[in-house]
Amino acid sequence: MSLTLFNVVLAVFIAICFVGANAAYLVWCERKGAGLFQRRPGPMENGPWGLLQPPIDGLKLMTKQLLIPGGVDKAIFMVAPVLAMFPALISFVTIPFSNSIVAHPIDVGVLMIFAFAALGSMSLLVAGWGSRNKYSMISSVRAVSQTVAYEIPLMITTITIVMISGSLNLGDIVQSQLGGFWHWNIWPLQKQVGFNLLMPISFLILFVCSVAETNRAPFDLGEAESELVAGFHTEYSSMGFGLFFMGEYANIVIGACLTVILFLGGWSCPIGDLGFFPFTHNVGWFLLKIYLIIFVFIWIRWTFPRTTIYGLLNLSWKYLIPISLFNLLLTAGLLKVF
Amino acid sequence: MTPVPPPTLFSADGMVGLVFLIMIGVTLTGGIIAATAERLIRALSGIVICFTGVAGFYYFLNSPFMAMMQILIYVGAICVTISFAIMLAAPEEKLKKSPTNLLSGPIGFMIAALIFAAMTMLALKTDWQASAKIASGSVREIGIHLLTTYSMVFELISIVLLIAIIGSIVIARGGRN
Repeated sequence: MSLTLFNVVLAVFIAICFVGANAAYLVWCERKGAGLFQRRPGPMENGPWGLLQPPIDGLKLMTKQLLIPGGVDKAIFMVAPVLAMFPALISFVTIPFSNSIVAHPIDVGVLMIFAFAALGSMSLLVAGWGSRNKYSMISSVRAVSQTVAYEIPLMITTITIVMISGSLNLGDIVQSQLGGFWHWNIWPLQKQVGFNLLMPISFLILFVCSVAETNRAPFDLGEAESELVAGFHTEYSSMGFGLFFMGEYANIVIGACLTVILFLGGWSCPIGDLGFFPFTHNVGWFLLKIYLIIFVFIWIRWTFPRTTIYGLLNLSWKYLIPISLFNLLLTAGLLKVF
Repeated sequence: MTPVPPPTLFSADGMVGLVFLIMIGVTLTGGIIAATAERLIRALSGIVICFTGVAGFYYFLNSPFMAMMQILIYVGAICVTISFAIMLAAPEEKLKKSPTNLLSGPIGFMIAALIFAAMTMLALKTDWQASAKIASGSVREIGIHLLTTYSMVFELISIVLLIAIIGSIVIARGGRN
């Protein structure tokens, strides 16, 4: 694919549309899911099954007044929501939706996603500080300490997968898992590493980490309403708040994409390529898998109560990091042996 | 020799030049914000912008690995640590006071101008030649070099980092009873 201006603009446009549509309708899914798990109907007034709710919500957000509290650092206050949205958008550049649908298959794709996730955590800090509100600041410090803590097991687990597939390119990682669900990295049986019993556990670690990285319940300590009003975006109204929200849902999609690509075989068909349409390796399987993962995210959010900040940090530093480090060593050893 | 026409904006060269100029702009803007900001947090934001611009240079110069590491480590780790330090140490924002010593006045300006002139002379007088591409800049290449040519340096840095980690744990544990 030649890198002309037109292609670049088109890719950016599609990425923004995808992120925007996802953010809007994942909110709807979230509310419907919440209704399902709490035995109430959820949004149902606007359109069939409340399907018109997201555009109407968007309209409402855009017509609201953008309030800037007195005494804040205006530039920083305004930059923070943009900074929350932009890294999430950039990460979509390298995510392979199928063999051919990928904006730019960069060789260090995994690193790129982590790098821009790190930029995202910077935006939380800037928002918390820029709001000039003690609750916002406590919330952003919590959110960032949580992000930093869970980045470590997330990266170690990812390195394990990178060692098995021998590439940092997300497309290559999927390529190494093609050919049926028994080739996926989630199973302990793989050609290269023999029998690594810890692989399902390391999938669990990655999943827990991506829930924690996106600051979602039961790890949404940064947004603990009963203690911190609403979290780092307390002072934001109108589309400023809307951008934080979109960024959050874009991050959820990226977390789901990463989980699917690293452990669940990306765009590969679960029963191997049979040669006719639904059973070829195509983008449909990828979307199906990421939305299943997102459904589990929603399911967990509305099922489990919030943990404490100590429980959260202890889980990462005392359990997830040692287990993922052990798995890294074990995988390295098995790679050497087999 | 026919003169080469300047590249138009929509050709490949033109876009490359434009991207390069944008990188220079981003890096310089970040640096100037960092150096002149009155509030500490703004200076930090300036550093973040500057580092992102430098990462752009790395990517532009065919080292995507370095670019990503630049963002991951400098923005994601170092700037976040600095901002934690700012939040913990300076809850009340103090505006920066200009230092008033011997070097802050005309003497400082003269030294800066001298250095600038020297650098400019150096850049203009040098007969620049595009050096041959040494390696592909891929992760594979970097890994091989780190574990063969530069393995000693690599190990030494690892040890220094390990000592730093242990030291910080010792300091942190010391406060607990």
